[in-house]
Amino acid sequence: MPKRVLLGLLLACGLAAPVLAQEPKTGGVINAVIQPEPPGLMLAMVQNGPTQMVSGNIFEGLLRYSPKLEPQPELAESWSVSEDAKTYTFKLRKGVTWHDGKPFTAADVLFSIEMLKQTHARARTNLAQVDKVEAPDDYTVVFTLKQPFGPFLGIFEVGSMPMVPKHLYEGTDWKTNPYNNAPVGTGPFMFKEWQKGSFIRLAKNPNYYEKGKPYLDEIYWQIIPDAAARSVAYETGKVDVLPGGSVENFDVPRLTKLKDTCVTGAGWEFFSPLAWLWLNNRQGPLADKRVRQAVMYAIDRDFAKDVIWNGLGKVATGPSASTIKYYTDDVKKYPYDPAKAKALLKEAGYKGEKIRLLPLAYGETWQRWGEAVKQNLMDVGINIETIATDVAGGNQKIGDWDYDIAFTYLYQYGDPALGVGRNYISSNIAKGQVFNNVEGYSNPEIDKLFADGAVATPDSKRKEIYEKAQKILVEDVPVAWMLELQFPTITRCKVKNLITTGIGVNDGFKDAWLDK
Amino acid sequence: MKQFWKSMLRSPSGVIGLVILLLAVSVALFGPMLFPNSPWRMVQRPFLPPFTLSTVPLGTDALGRDVFAGMIFGARVSLLVGLVSTLVALVVGIPIGAMAGYFGGKVDDALMRFTEFFQTIPSFALAIVLVAILQPSIYSIVASIAVVSWPPVARLVRGEVLSLRTREYVQAAVVTGQSNTWIIMREILPNALSPVIVLASLMVATAILLESSLSFLGLGDPNLISWGYMVGAGRTVIRQAWWITVFPGVAILISVLGLNLIGEGLNDALNPRLSREGR
Repeated sequence: MPKRVLLGLLLACGLAAPVLAQEPKTGGVINAVIQPEPPGLMLAMVQNGPTQMVSGNIFEGLLRYSPKLEPQPELAESWSVSEDAKTYTFKLRKGVTWHDGKPFTAADVLFSIEMLKQTHARARTNLAQVDKVEAPDDYTVVFTLKQPFGPFLGIFEVGSMPMVPKHLYEGTDWKTNPYNNAPVGTGPFMFKEWQKGSFIRLAKNPNYYEKGKPYLDEIYWQIIPDAAARSVAYETGKVDVLPGGSVENFDVPRLTKLKDTCVTGAGWEFFSPLAWLWLNNRQGPLADKRVRQAVMYAIDRDFAKDVIWNGLGKVATGPSASTIKYYTDDVKKYPYDPAKAKALLKEAGYKGEKIRLLPLAYGETWQRWGEAVKQNLMDVGINIETIATDVAGGNQKIGDWDYDIAFTYLYQYGDPALGVGRNYISSNIAKGQVFNNVEGYSNPEIDKLFADGAVATPDSKRKEIYEKAQKILVEDVPVAWMLELQFPTITRCKVKNLITTGIGVNDGFKDAWLDK
Repeated sequence: MKQFWKSMLRSPSGVIGLVILLLAVSVALFGPMLFPNSPWRMVQRPFLPPFTLSTVPLGTDALGRDVFAGMIFGARVSLLVGLVSTLVALVVGIPIGAMAGYFGGKVDDALMRFTEFFQTIPSFALAIVLVAILQPSIYSIVASIAVVSWPPVARLVRGEVLSLRTREYVQAAVVTGQSNTWIIMREILPNALSPVIVLASLMVATAILLESSLSFLGLGDPNLISWGYMVGAGRTVIRQAWWITVFPGVAILISVLGLNLIGEGLNDALNPRLSREGR
């Protein structure tokens, strides 16, 4: 009898083996690169890329987003929308505790929203349509909007709206709160230590509300300032995870050919970084639409994708990345066509006036890209002078409108109302700031379309509005769209399930496990 | 003069140096005529190894640009920066050194403390700071190299002038009532120049190295191709494509070596006694 049981067990195991092989294993330590070293880890106050990447695993938002940007439960386990699309009711998960053991309740949500409105520029904008937030009981939060706001369910991601512990922050000076240096969240990992210039250590939250998760014991975020040294650290086995953008693109093919190495471009859907050239619409030859169109025709964007970005990414067709809602490619096309560019320049009466180009000082890839674009433009007769600058100097020049052409890339946050419109509407022309409408494009029709699109219902109406806006923008070329960027995440293949959401590594360690 | 050329040509290092310099100068002058295309133009597929296509004999870089064309155009930038910044340094350093040595006393003290102020700052660090502040361009690079390289000239000239001003012919000139400027220009400096000429040839070499180092760090003029830039840009891909860094690196090595050899030859030619006794 015991023998038969054993046999049965073996058979069962054998049959179940393919499934079991994918069953997560608990334990293990992961070393990942973080680049550059974050200026701070308090996500409600610092929103740099590296901060989001580390702290997204310490803090949590009400919702999480799938790679298709569908909202999924996180701290809110369910939600409902009223008939008039103006009232959103969130039911919070019960039994959630902060890392110091205090329970997470609706009071924390209300406090976080008040705090974020003061400390988080994007959250403030996102919440502009909110009339009031109430908590009828400890586990219910009700948002009442001034008017229907289509992208509302897209603003609860951890980096956009992290939940902050009320009991540690209320009544303190937020900027000098000691917990900024040892953040306390509800997330799967707890902050342990930060050796400046060396590493940040996170440890498993043993009381995490999803039983069995997280699977890993510890995460070490290694800080390695030199790009070549980061590649070497991966090759020598010091680190197992190279998040997107942490090594130079030229190193990517070499690293991905290494044994047991997996690479993916996924995990950036929520951000959908789109690279373009700001074109100063105010002055000089670029004030002429035909010259701007000529710039689009003159640049070989497939070359940039294949050679400079090693085939990663996608040639942009317009102001929206293809992962963004209501994207359409039914717009005017700008293939690489130097002859057409020359003809347009001639038609516009361009006579070789000097045009300044500001590359982006983000490393070798961007330098090379600047050189290639310069050459493309020179080839059709545009007289380009490259201005050398550092990141801060470049931002200042762009913000002061003291440029002709400048490289940039921006995140789009899933919805045209959140991440696209801001760069083209005339109310967003504000000197001194970067990342708004610094090109100075002003078109009342576009202003109206984006204003209507944000509040229109139902979805089909929004789609119609945004498709029209894309068509107009692509015809006018306020900026020259280059590529939808993809930042490859390189990992050892034994690291499983790291990228499961639309923000990838930023909140991915919750599900990640190590196949030993 | 005839004597000078004779001894210059007698020293083997001088001859080799001259040949290298002539070669580099003619490449810088006439090379761009043979390569009418911009060295920034993407002409072939990227990472083409050298010696595979006769049109791009030294291969292509990460963007498919011709490495050989880059080297030809780079020669122009390197030599120009080397020569012009040395000239500027001489124009600044010689008068300061001559005045300090000739007038002595408080003038000497003041000028030498000023010179030491520049000498106490590591020259490369100062050059980086200056270029970063002024924004990288060919002018700011020449200016910053000149700023960091004039102090040795001033010190050298001062020493020479100090020893010459006590000579009888100088004192005779003073007695006959010649003006200070005339004495410095006509009596002292011509006799103090030979070590300065030797130093200048070495300064050109140093300036080329400084320019290359600045460009390597990404502080070169972004509109001009230079050897240092090519090495710096190729550095990230050195494991896939050695040729992008090696050829311009060799060009820097050879031209700096050539200038050093010329310096040695000049030294032999201008101080015939010294060199003969030395051997």
